[in-house]
Amino acid sequence: METSALPRSTPPASPGARPAVAATGLVKSFGAVRAVDGVDLTVAQGEIVAFLGPNGAGKTSTIDMLLGLATPDSGSVQVFGESPRAAIAHGLVSAVLQTGGLLKDVTVRETLDLTASLFADTRPVDEVLQRAGIAEIAERRVGLCSGGQQQRLRFAMALLSDPGLLILDEPTTGMDVEGRRSFWSAIRADAARGRTVLFATHYLEEADEYADRIVLMSRGRIVADGTTTEIKNLVSGRIVHATLPGADPVALAAQLGVDEVQVQGERITIGTKDSDAVARYLLTQTPARDVEITPQNLESVFLALTSDGASA
Amino acid sequence: MTSTTSTTTAAGRALTDRVDLQRRVPPFGGFNLTYLGIELKRRLRNRRTLIFTIAFPVVMFVIIGLPLGDQPLTGTPIADGGPSVAAYIMVSMAMYGAMMSATQTGAAVGVERAQGWSRQLRLTPLNPLVNVVTKMIAGMALGLLAVVATFAAGAISGVQLSAAEWIGSGLSGWILAGAVFTALGLLVGYLVPGENAAQITSLAIVLLAFLGGLFYPVSSMPDFMQTIAAFTPVYGISQIARAPLTGEGLDLLWVINALAWLVVFVAGTVWAFRRDTKRV
Repeated sequence: METSALPRSTPPASPGARPAVAATGLVKSFGAVRAVDGVDLTVAQGEIVAFLGPNGAGKTSTIDMLLGLATPDSGSVQVFGESPRAAIAHGLVSAVLQTGGLLKDVTVRETLDLTASLFADTRPVDEVLQRAGIAEIAERRVGLCSGGQQQRLRFAMALLSDPGLLILDEPTTGMDVEGRRSFWSAIRADAARGRTVLFATHYLEEADEYADRIVLMSRGRIVADGTTTEIKNLVSGRIVHATLPGADPVALAAQLGVDEVQVQGERITIGTKDSDAVARYLLTQTPARDVEITPQNLESVFLALTSDGASA
Repeated sequence: MTSTTSTTTAAGRALTDRVDLQRRVPPFGGFNLTYLGIELKRRLRNRRTLIFTIAFPVVMFVIIGLPLGDQPLTGTPIADGGPSVAAYIMVSMAMYGAMMSATQTGAAVGVERAQGWSRQLRLTPLNPLVNVVTKMIAGMALGLLAVVATFAAGAISGVQLSAAEWIGSGLSGWILAGAVFTALGLLVGYLVPGENAAQITSLAIVLLAFLGGLFYPVSSMPDFMQTIAAFTPVYGISQIARAPLTGEGLDLLWVINALAWLVVFVAGTVWAFRRDTKRV
């Protein structure tokens, strides 16, 4: 993973502004598994950050530590200069989590009334109903709401305290295309008010389209961190895929003058600036077959940086 | 999804009001009457709760107790102001209702934890202990309703007690059943997550109520059963609650029984609660 991490300095914020998130050296193990293995993350106020990574990359564990739902084995987390628990007590941070449950026997409005009653200062319930797009189902029992509506309710609950930092774990799961679109337009309207947003997603296009910055996690570490453009530039050129039994990735990389050749079974993947030359070599000098050339996109960067081959 | 309301209104005024980072922390760990009110409403809306905690004891009293309205409980004839067996059964049934309500508090904690609601609450300033206390108050309120309903059924159907007997047995039954069985319910709720908690506690309550003599007088049980019954958690508190009627005076063993079970359940709950909040 030596080439993939982009050095990134803290983005400029107003002088004296505390970062929304300041995490250093976070480590969290579950038994023998190091779910989070040394994560440093600083998020400036007002940034919209996408947290990308395959399942088991450590995104949710990292988020749990940012929210004080889990205690790091080592390392420290501060949210607006406070401990996560203190930040929550002040209503400075809220979250929409995959695991967050709802009471099925109360109405949408009652859920929000209840949540609002727990904070010192909140936005009006009618306002968050409107902003989450669930005003017309306010009197419906939560148990009768669809998955997408329940997700919007969680979003409305997170908006109640008007948090400085909003953390979303796979926020649009269960929403249809239109629901997703209106959800993100609400988030963007929010960010314009100075809200910091950190969201985990497996929809690459969501990260690409809505985030200012992408933090890519793989196997408990941050493997790339930068703007969408920076991340895409990490791997320039095109990708050549081919089936080549018994390929020696090191020899092949040296022969082709490329940084790295990934091998998965008989399938090889080569990122290159000169895909024609690579393809010609493969087809003429080796028994390679099923050659494919694809353009670089966020997905291929994602795959390149998180696949098993990347650390080989 | 049916809701596609546009969010342009939010976007329209977005630039004018910035998110403010100067915040207050709510007092009393987040305890408030809105939350308590919603908890109460939830209990009262639940048909199963109403049937098992309020309707059941009233109906049982009518079926078992009412025919014994003329049978004196003690040596004092009813005509001379002595309590009837019906009064004794009325207090037992009222306690059963209070016990049911109290244990459901704990079972609810188990269900809500399994549903992830506890985790959701961890994203609010609400102190986990305040959450449990709020639920306990709602549970105790429903228990009081069960006691009052059963006593009202008794009064209407001719049970006559002195003011001291009404209040003494009612209050002690309500508070003792509430304290011991809220603790038991919470313990089960923390140990057994999910819907199973409710089923396990309901079953436990019925069994313990039988053993403790709520449905069948302990004194009429075989000797070995009487010995066993004296060590079960319903026995002590129900004997204490009915003492104003029987005129037997407090037996130290009843008090020890009640206190011992209270300590066991509270200690277990504290242990389980700590374990639970640690991992959420």
